[in-house]
Amino acid sequence: MAEQSNSPAPSPETLVDIYRRMIRIERNDDTIRKAMRQGKLVMPYYSARGQEVIPSAISTQLSNEDTICTIYRGIHDMVAKDMPLRPLWAEIAGRVDGTCKGKGGPMHLTHPETGVMVTTGIVGSSMPIANGLAWAAQLDGSKRVSIAYFGDGASNIGAFHESLNLASLWKLPVIFVCQNNGFAEHTRYENGTSVDFISKRAAGYGMPGYTVDGNDPWAMYAAAHQAISRARDGEGPTLLECKTFRFMGHVLGDDDKYMTKEEKAEAMAKDPLPAFRARLIAEGHATEDQLVKMQADIQAEVDDAMAFGLASAFPSVDELRRDVFAEEIPA
Amino acid sequence: MSETTKMHAFQAVNAALHQAMAADPKVLVFGEDIADREGGGVTGATIGLSTKFGDARVKSTPISEQAIIGAAIGAALAGYKPVAEIMLMNFTTVAMDMIFNHAAKLRFMSGGQSTVPITIRTLTGAGWQTAGQHADHLEGWFAHAAGIKVVAPSTPAEYGGLLLSCIQDPDPCIIIESAGTLFIPGDVAVEQEPIPLGKARIVQEGTDVTIVSWSSMVIRSMQALAPLAEAGISAELVDLRTVSPWDRETVLKSVAKTGRLVVVHEAVRNFGPGAEIAATVNEELFGQLKAPVRRLGAPYSPVPFAKVLEDAYLVSVDSIVAAVTEVAGKG
Repeated sequence: MAEQSNSPAPSPETLVDIYRRMIRIERNDDTIRKAMRQGKLVMPYYSARGQEVIPSAISTQLSNEDTICTIYRGIHDMVAKDMPLRPLWAEIAGRVDGTCKGKGGPMHLTHPETGVMVTTGIVGSSMPIANGLAWAAQLDGSKRVSIAYFGDGASNIGAFHESLNLASLWKLPVIFVCQNNGFAEHTRYENGTSVDFISKRAAGYGMPGYTVDGNDPWAMYAAAHQAISRARDGEGPTLLECKTFRFMGHVLGDDDKYMTKEEKAEAMAKDPLPAFRARLIAEGHATEDQLVKMQADIQAEVDDAMAFGLASAFPSVDELRRDVFAEEIPA
Repeated sequence: MSETTKMHAFQAVNAALHQAMAADPKVLVFGEDIADREGGGVTGATIGLSTKFGDARVKSTPISEQAIIGAAIGAALAGYKPVAEIMLMNFTTVAMDMIFNHAAKLRFMSGGQSTVPITIRTLTGAGWQTAGQHADHLEGWFAHAAGIKVVAPSTPAEYGGLLLSCIQDPDPCIIIESAGTLFIPGDVAVEQEPIPLGKARIVQEGTDVTIVSWSSMVIRSMQALAPLAEAGISAELVDLRTVSPWDRETVLKSVAKTGRLVVVHEAVRNFGPGAEIAATVNEELFGQLKAPVRRLGAPYSPVPFAKVLEDAYLVSVDSIVAAVTEVAGKG
């Protein structure tokens, strides 16, 4: 495992942008959970509350041309990547104005305009496809990068190992971002993973691997910057292991029996949002008033998106015959 | 009439791949051992391509079937037309997540935003004593997955023409190359034309019994035609060519004429594609049938090694003659 330097540091504007993305993720998540409790939304939901820093710090360094492949616990990755919230809400409500016309749902949100190419419900499967998008970027002679998001559990599935080997062999512009929240479904990290740091596995594939504090915006920004620069410069892939914690368990409603109350409380006390907010103000990067207004604007955007999504119509049953193939299946 | 030359199946495939790569710079060819450095593929189907089109577009891969299909899917999402070789059909089983959960479903799950125009070429078939893990005909598995087209040629011209259609098709296609079809030379146009998917070919017209078959069993069904004619039975032989979506119209029209049907395939008979065809014919033409529909396929057994067992595993010409004779009421 290589030592990770903490440079470059993000500019003040970038710091505020990271925070804005984090608040947009958090308000969106909070509003989704409220709507589920009220029975307005019915879906399997894998909250990423607590993991906001990782995609926010990365996404400030990406454009819409850069692509992500993410997983069922991935709405934070999409929101950080600037996916518009109206079609997101219509999709998770199973409505026709959803990104996927209500046919994919929360585990398969797709929005190519913002580079959200694939969301998979299969552990590990973001990686082989992210390689293909990176290969296309390489063939195009472009500077695009491809991000594969996945969890710590996915580093134990074959797709991880096949993908890292191929990406390294072909020097693909891909960044493997492991959001290590300490649990693979209900199994504690050390009971399912044979090494103390997932980043160590990078060495087996001849690529750099780093373990980063995924709740530290400065560390995440710097690590992402180095990996993205390497990829854009044609030097190949990087594995980033970003240590974090999921506040809401595996799936919403999960009773967390696999950890102690003390352990959970300790992890939640490291909530990256209030700490980052306080530091932005203390270091003079933003004012209290500015952040209050930012949050109010974001909440208004989320509320509008929810209203839009819940008011949208359900898809016609004819949709079962559409998009199976390019050509519609005959009735 | 355009100029033709005698070729066997892999020569036609090779010529079609050269033609497709020359016509469209987005066509990519890759798989295990397929570049000239590795000998141009174990079958020679890809020989010359890497030398002619360069090692960016024609790549040998590690033995990593998930990574191969994942790379194909990702490149396809970015506008390429990848032709991935999975050396043997049994090896598709280790890439089933990529094929079934992703390639076949991304269009539907994304509400039509994602298009995955990949072609998977794969070799199989009993007859070479390769036993239980190198010779299965798994077209029924793929035909059961909504969103993937399953193609099974029987003549050299169709190997080339159907492959060209698969490459141009906007949806994922798997094209099965079967041992029993490979070394029978046929006339192939120097400039090959795509042969439409989903359209059967009537090999021989007849009035008493319809035989529906594809791939290797078309060859054996053709060998049954002369003894049937000698017995005074006029058989109509339909080569389905595409197993899914299959040409219901041609099959139903033929059975409406003959009133009798025998389906012959190399795949295991139980739950095989023949059941789908037989069931459809029963649903649509029950009152017009003059005899129960018969299905011939492999026994419910893995492909065996010993020659005597392998010979017994494959549907024989004699058993086709016997089944057709019985259905014709002349047994």
